[in-house]
Amino acid sequence: MSPRDLWHRRDVAEPGKIPKWLAYNGRVTKTLSPALEISGLIKDVGPLPALDGRMKRVVSNISLTAHFGQVTALLGANGAGKTTTIECAQGLQNRTGGSISLLGQDPEHADAALRSRVGVMLQDGGLPPAARPIALLRHVAGLYQNPLSVDALVERLGINEFSDTNIRRLSGGQKQRVALAASLLGNPEVLFLDEPSAGLDPQSRIMVFELIRELRDAGKAIILTTHLLDDAQRLADYVYIVDKGESVAAGTVQELLESSTAAMEQRAMTFEATPSLDVSALLRPGLECSETRPGSYVLTGPLEPADLARFGAWCERAHVMPTSVHLASKSLEDVFLAISDGAATVAPVSAHRNSHSTVIS
Amino acid sequence: MSTLFHNAPPAHAASLTRRILNQGKYEASTMLRNGEQLVLMVVMPLLGLIALVATPLLDDMGHSRVAIAAPGILALCALSTAFTGQGIATGFDRRYGVLRFMSTTPLGKGGLIAGKVIAVLAALALQVVLISTVAAFMGWRPPLAGVLLGIPLLILGAAAFTAIGLLIAGTVRPEATLAITNLGWILFAAVGGIVLPAGKFSSALEAYVQWLPSGALGNLMRAALIESRLDVWGLIILLAWGVAAAIAAVKWFKWN
Repeated sequence: MSPRDLWHRRDVAEPGKIPKWLAYNGRVTKTLSPALEISGLIKDVGPLPALDGRMKRVVSNISLTAHFGQVTALLGANGAGKTTTIECAQGLQNRTGGSISLLGQDPEHADAALRSRVGVMLQDGGLPPAARPIALLRHVAGLYQNPLSVDALVERLGINEFSDTNIRRLSGGQKQRVALAASLLGNPEVLFLDEPSAGLDPQSRIMVFELIRELRDAGKAIILTTHLLDDAQRLADYVYIVDKGESVAAGTVQELLESSTAAMEQRAMTFEATPSLDVSALLRPGLECSETRPGSYVLTGPLEPADLARFGAWCERAHVMPTSVHLASKSLEDVFLAISDGAATVAPVSAHRNSHSTVIS
Repeated sequence: MSTLFHNAPPAHAASLTRRILNQGKYEASTMLRNGEQLVLMVVMPLLGLIALVATPLLDDMGHSRVAIAAPGILALCALSTAFTGQGIATGFDRRYGVLRFMSTTPLGKGGLIAGKVIAVLAALALQVVLISTVAAFMGWRPPLAGVLLGIPLLILGAAAFTAIGLLIAGTVRPEATLAITNLGWILFAAVGGIVLPAGKFSSALEAYVQWLPSGALGNLMRAALIESRLDVWGLIILLAWGVAAAIAAVKWFKWN
């Protein structure tokens, strides 16, 4: 049996029928409403000596909704207010204004019952350096009546290789996995992950991302913060872009990408083939093609499926076998930069951008 | 193995008692596995006891050396564990985010503090058994009434010093907590009236020292274990320190 079953308790949902995992235990009957709802959040910190003893507003207007079975990402630069926002949602900080509803309750007055349904992975891990991972995880498991098996979790996250090593000796990625395991012991319905990929080596990153998708598929509401566009693009079902304490844009990754028409007009295709080919057959009004260096061609403009068909036909006719073909469209980074710069239009797409490019040969 | 978790229900919090006892056990074992803490909690008080009994420092005070030394050394144990040991551990837990993480688990902030109190009391109980046994071999025979009076007073002392330690750990950087609580330990132990009656050195010093929590606890323990007497004035002073520190800690303790 696959380790997936560790979390999985969702039968395939049929339309109009409440899936079993939602109605589970009679306790989660309200889960069709959002797992987390934040509205008009305001948070002041201070008084700060640097501001002559005045307060600093680190969050001025953040609203977001996170649903079960979805990964919701808060995307923003460092200092944008992401951590403050989720710490208010976790009940670790008291808000100055606005409202927060976590599983239908106010997290500022979270009791043990609410805390047991919510898992938290802090940005700095929150692990005692002198402890051994296995001892710590067993201790945290002891705070729940019926926790997940520590052994199964330790194996699933590959912690068994270093479960008896003091936490202070672990690498950043190893610590991150221990913190993730600790947040999962209660089999939480809502999971907060503050910068989950920070310090992860590529292998741990794949492991952690797979796990996050599994948890999502098991119906959990996952709220994560990240300053990495790649994380948001790869993991998130819904993204809130946070800038200077405000949520400035929201949508699925696709919606955010399509939010600017400039992006659609600025698709680009690069291909490599023999030098000095006659590419006039590829062109139509609005499309341009240039040979940027011998044998490397860039076709820019509002590319459509028909253009690809013509490209294929041209290859056949002209007997061209490209050594590579890349299609690139606007990445989330362009949306992000456009929004956080306050620019009205999105910067043109670089044809050589690697992220969000599709390799077709 | 995974069938165990198929359809696993979301976990419920363990009962409040179990959460707090688990946390107390965990913190106590962390404390007892820490070498520096053990030196502070066991080796230093033992050395102090042996030194006071082996040297003529406490002669001419009307009682045997061990009768005067043992109550003060027990008070020193409370200072070591509740103030210095607990203060430093909490300060660094705060730095590493352990306090914040644990407060998001079913344990919560209240459970975290209750667990610390239990850990301090458990460690103190071990210290008391050890020191009392060694002192008994040195001829210490405290009156029964004094012992019954001394135990709750020592617990009160531990509570007051825990509150003071938490106040420091929750308001300054852990390095500063380390410095303040270690320096405090040395000053309280040397001239704070906890191990030796301050009157031993000078009456001018005694006038100030009796107002300190260390002097108050030292006087309370000696009055109880030597004369089976409750030093009411010392009790008031110690209570005042404990309550004031607890209120201040609740108000100013920063979790991050």
